[in-house]
Amino acid sequence: MAQELFVSKTSELADGDRKIVPNGNYEIGVYRVNGELFAYQNVCPHQGGPACEGLLMAKVEEVIAEDKTYQGMTFNHDEMHIVCPWHGWEFDLATGDMVADRKFRLKKYDVVEKEDSIYVTV
Amino acid sequence: MEIPTDHLNKMSVAEFDTSKLLINAARQRDQRKLEDVLIVDVDCHHYENESMKDIVEFIDDPVLRRTAQVYSGAGTGANNPFMMGSPGSQDVAGRVTRYPLRKMEETPDDDKHRDIHLSLRWMDAMGVDYVMLFPTPMLLLGLHPVPEYEAAMSRAYNRWLTEKILTEEKRLKTMLYLPFNDPDATYKMVQDFGECDGVCGFMVVSTRYKPVYDNAYMKTYSLIEEMGKPLAFHGSYSWNDQLLGNTNRFLVTHALGFTVFNAVHMSNWIVNGLPERFPKLDVMWIESGLAWVPWLMQRLDNDYRMRSSEAPLLKRLPSEYMGEMFYSSQPMEMPHNPDILEMTFKMINAETQLCWSSDYPHWDMDVPSVIWDLPFLDERQKRNILGDNARRLYNLDVSDRFPNYQPPS
Repeated sequence: MAQELFVSKTSELADGDRKIVPNGNYEIGVYRVNGELFAYQNVCPHQGGPACEGLLMAKVEEVIAEDKTYQGMTFNHDEMHIVCPWHGWEFDLATGDMVADRKFRLKKYDVVEKEDSIYVTV
Repeated sequence: MEIPTDHLNKMSVAEFDTSKLLINAARQRDQRKLEDVLIVDVDCHHYENESMKDIVEFIDDPVLRRTAQVYSGAGTGANNPFMMGSPGSQDVAGRVTRYPLRKMEETPDDDKHRDIHLSLRWMDAMGVDYVMLFPTPMLLLGLHPVPEYEAAMSRAYNRWLTEKILTEEKRLKTMLYLPFNDPDATYKMVQDFGECDGVCGFMVVSTRYKPVYDNAYMKTYSLIEEMGKPLAFHGSYSWNDQLLGNTNRFLVTHALGFTVFNAVHMSNWIVNGLPERFPKLDVMWIESGLAWVPWLMQRLDNDYRMRSSEAPLLKRLPSEYMGEMFYSSQPMEMPHNPDILEMTFKMINAETQLCWSSDYPHWDMDVPSVIWDLPFLDERQKRNILGDNARRLYNLDVSDRFPNYQPPS
């Protein structure tokens, strides 16, 4: 049966912050980015690394001109990535999909904000 | 400590602890009861450059020692005439955070060397009993233009390692670094250190430009064969290599570099008939993954059938010799179709020839579950690959960890 796991007071998770909360044998990483809340199990589908303890980084994109020439690289902050610290596997913050091979994904949880607190449905 | 996450922002990290980083590995260990399984890691590393001030004191030549003393203060090996650098971004530009954070990790202030504390932390987390410990920056020392420098530094490192580390912790062992660019120094290294406690075999870093068939090495191969210890070739990379210099992403430099150098040495080893000349010498190939082996088996067999006059010492197909060699598993490829991996295991006779390795703490490390969770292996095969194949290869006494050890049956 679904239960609500308390994460933090709303005021304690500012935009851009992450909180990792225990949940049984593992943890759940809860993020607030651009006002939206996301929650994933802290286990990488690759070899089991603590994915949510790694960096949160913008997607890297190549800049290709109209004539197909390479012009460098840039960050795209519209797609943020959770980066597993064990091997660098990157996951789309919005979906949990592994960006290089979307058949892998982080286990996603629903997050709710009620009154002045944040909960994850587990 | 702060790690940049883009060109404007940073992530703050207050502490770093290997045991905490690997807590999910410890959970895997407990879930799979790996404490009851002998696990021998045939390839892991430490950062010997962090102990360089101590190591250089073991350099025999007074002039070279003094030179090394001058530069060892830098700690990281920067601008050090004994260390070869190569461009690269092993930690995927800081994404694999244990690289930038390792300096924050605290260890007890006792008689035990920091590297012993750090090694035991990750070993215990993964459930590893014994390891073959190798250096890190020295893996590029074979590219040094002056063989004398490689010989002097590796001899000092081997003295330091055997006297200060291996004697202090029996779970740490090594396959001794050989200064292969100097055949006589290589022979003398085997003679002088080959029987030291904790020396289970010998290791040549493949990233160099010396052919293994040179007559100058035959006396060394004979000596190692006589000792009954294995000889390993350890992959590495160099972005300064003319061929790999054509690549512009480290992904490619790494993927090719770690295999190409070993593929060249393997090919030379086979077609020059070294398995026939040294039939009792066990040879191991480290840190090239596994996918290169079926590729090379097929290429060499195909050409050998048409050009056997160029390899007259061979009595069998190249792939048959390769199937009798030993391989370390990491970084084990995860093909989309698991049948490919299963076939690879069959081709290399993994049940008896494959030895698990972590390569920890390097960026593409593997945990023991990469073997334990494979659906096409039975438990005996898993136990062989995780530990017993290595125990047999090294004739390893495991009684301090498993007093009543019984090989898998």
